[in-house]
Formats: sequence, structure tokens, C-alpha cells
Amino acid sequence: MASALINVPKKAKNGDVIEIKTLMSHIMETGYRHTTSGEVVPRDIITSFSCRFEGEEVFRADLFPATAANPFFSFFTVATRSGKFDFEWIGDNGFSETASASITVE
Amino acid sequence: MKLAATIVLASLLIAAGIVVSPLIATEIPVSERKSGYAFMAPETKAMQDDETTNPGMLWVLDGEKLWKRKQGSADKACADCHGDASSSMKGVAARYPAYDKSVGRPVNLEQRINLCRVRHQESDPLPYEKHDLLALTAFVAEQSHGMPVAPDPAPELEPFVAKGRDFFMHRQGQLNLGCTNCHDDNWDKHLAGSAVTQAMANGYPMYRLEWQTLGSLQRRLRNCINGMRAQNFNFGAPELVELELYLMSRARGMPVETPAVRP
Repeated sequence: MASALINVPKKAKNGDVIEIKTLMSHIMETGYRHTTSGEVVPRDIITSFSCRFEGEEVFRADLFPATAANPFFSFFTVATRSGKFDFEWIGDNGFSETASASITVE
Repeated sequence: MKLAATIVLASLLIAAGIVVSPLIATEIPVSERKSGYAFMAPETKAMQDDETTNPGMLWVLDGEKLWKRKQGSADKACADCHGDASSSMKGVAARYPAYDKSVGRPVNLEQRINLCRVRHQESDPLPYEKHDLLALTAFVAEQSHGMPVAPDPAPELEPFVAKGRDFFMHRQGQLNLGCTNCHDDNWDKHLAGSAVTQAMANGYPMYRLEWQTLGSLQRRLRNCINGMRAQNFNFGAPELVELELYLMSRARGMPVETPAVRP
């Protein structure tokens, strides 16, 4: 049951610098841990995160085993027109989640 | 002669006081009580305060979905009986653990949810410390966010609170420590770089950065009991519920912070 928390301002003025915050639920198992019987706990992490505005990429990050569980991203962009942000998280074992949020620019 | 007798009596009382005080007089005065929040770094406080940075909110969101999901042979969701949780569950977590007449004991919030599942949804109890029970508990407890902790006033609970207090005060384990030795006597100091804190249970289930996940109060209690190298209890054990009861009586009046974030 994966869920995401997205915070995009609902409204902004043309030219405003806006902050976008995202939180995705994921265990981020490093692949470096062992069970009590000595077996390796297989790696299970999110490997990439991206944010597109109306199809154009505005932010991208690659993730590695040192990233904490439930990765949080905060980044900035300039609001120029109304539209939709699409977020995508991709990871091990076929993990793939999307979310979106709209903004109105006045 | 009379004066001498008074002096003897007074010194006896003082001596008795010295003997008794380590057990009774060390509880933190109400005016000095503070939540674990007060001991945190500004960054961790900010993480808890903002709903989009508080990872505990992920469990609250999942709990909301589970609240509406039909379960068991009765094919009922929590919402089918309790309706809108924002009104029906408001203040519930602030008074738990509460007395349950049919079992004749206090039950904590997790146990109440499971009793409801068995009795009314005709389903199996959810396993402790697994995602679904944590999510439902967090969702129910979040409805009391900001409300003052107000323990269940049922008179039947008194002996159980007393047992919990007894547990808190007693030295045990290989390190021969009682909870009180850290959380009453040394709460303003540090242990291995971390604040000791006052053992106020007003934010559970909570997201611990150390755990990298949400956890229950009983998980925290079991951690501490392990740390004292004492005999531990299983999740849901009566001893742990009694200790929860006593801890909530200490935290009386503090705002419910669920889902709290702690280092």
C-alpha cells in the first residue's frame, strides 16, 4: 500500500519561485543487511524520481542504498503558466508509482 | 523532656523520609513535565510539524483507506459503524488505554481495534507492529491530534495504574535499573549523546528516525526493557498495557502529537 504526500502551491503569480515537497512511502532496504541465519536481505530501493511540468522535466534524482526510508524531496521551480506536475518514482522489484498536482498561475 | 521527645520524633521522620523518598518523591512535578518534542532539534520539530514532511502521515493516509475497507465475514468497514472518524474518533486516543468491561482489564488502542475486528467485523485480529494495525491506530489517534491527554477515569482502572507505576519504579534486569532511574532522576541528561527525556507517551504511534518506520508505544517499551537487560514481554502483554496506563497518567494534559516524529 504505497502512498505519497505531495505539496504544490495551488496558486502562484507569474515568475514566482515555488517550493515543491514530496514524500513517498518505501522501505529502502539497502541490500547490505543480513538475517539472523546469515542470508542477505535483497536490495529493495527506489532508484529514480522525476517531476515533469506539462511533459517537460523540471527535476530528477537518482537514489542509492544510503537513502533513508520514505524518501523526501524538496525542490524549487519558477511558475510561468498554469498546468499539471507529474511525479514518478521507479524502483527495484517493479516498483512504479505516480502522482500529480495542478497549479494555477495568475 | 517534651522538647527532647519532639526532636527524636522529628529526626525519626526525617530518617524515614530519606529512606522512602527515592521511591515516592522522585516523580517529576507537573510544572516540569514536558513532551519528548521539547528535547528535539529544530529540524526534527519542523519535520513533525509539517504534514508533508512528517512520514507518519503516510500511515495515517493508509489508515484512512483501511477505515473504509469492508472486512471479515460481517463484511463491514470501521466506517459502517463509526461513520466519519473525524467526529466519532475525536478524543478517543487521548483517553486510551481504557477499561473494557467484558475482558475486565484495560485495553490499549491496538487491542480495541482488534477486539472490534473480532467482535463486529468477524475477522482475525491484525498482528502487532505490522503495517495495517499501525496504520489504523495512527489514523484513529490522529483524530485526537492537539487534544490534551485525558486518561479514562474508570475507578476499575486504579489497581492497574498502580501496577504500572510499580513496574516503572522497580529496579530490574541485569543492569538493576528501574524506568524511574532514567526518566524521573536523569531526564535532563544525555545517554550516549541522546536526550534521556521524561517518558511521556503522548505521540504514539510515532515515526522514529532510528527505526525508519512507524512504531507503537509497546515497541518503545520493549526496547527500553531490553536495554535494561530485563525479562521482556510479548506485544499485548498485560504488564505492558499497565505500564502504558501509568505513562498516560504522567502525560495528562499534554497535547496528543500522533503521529509524532522522534530521533
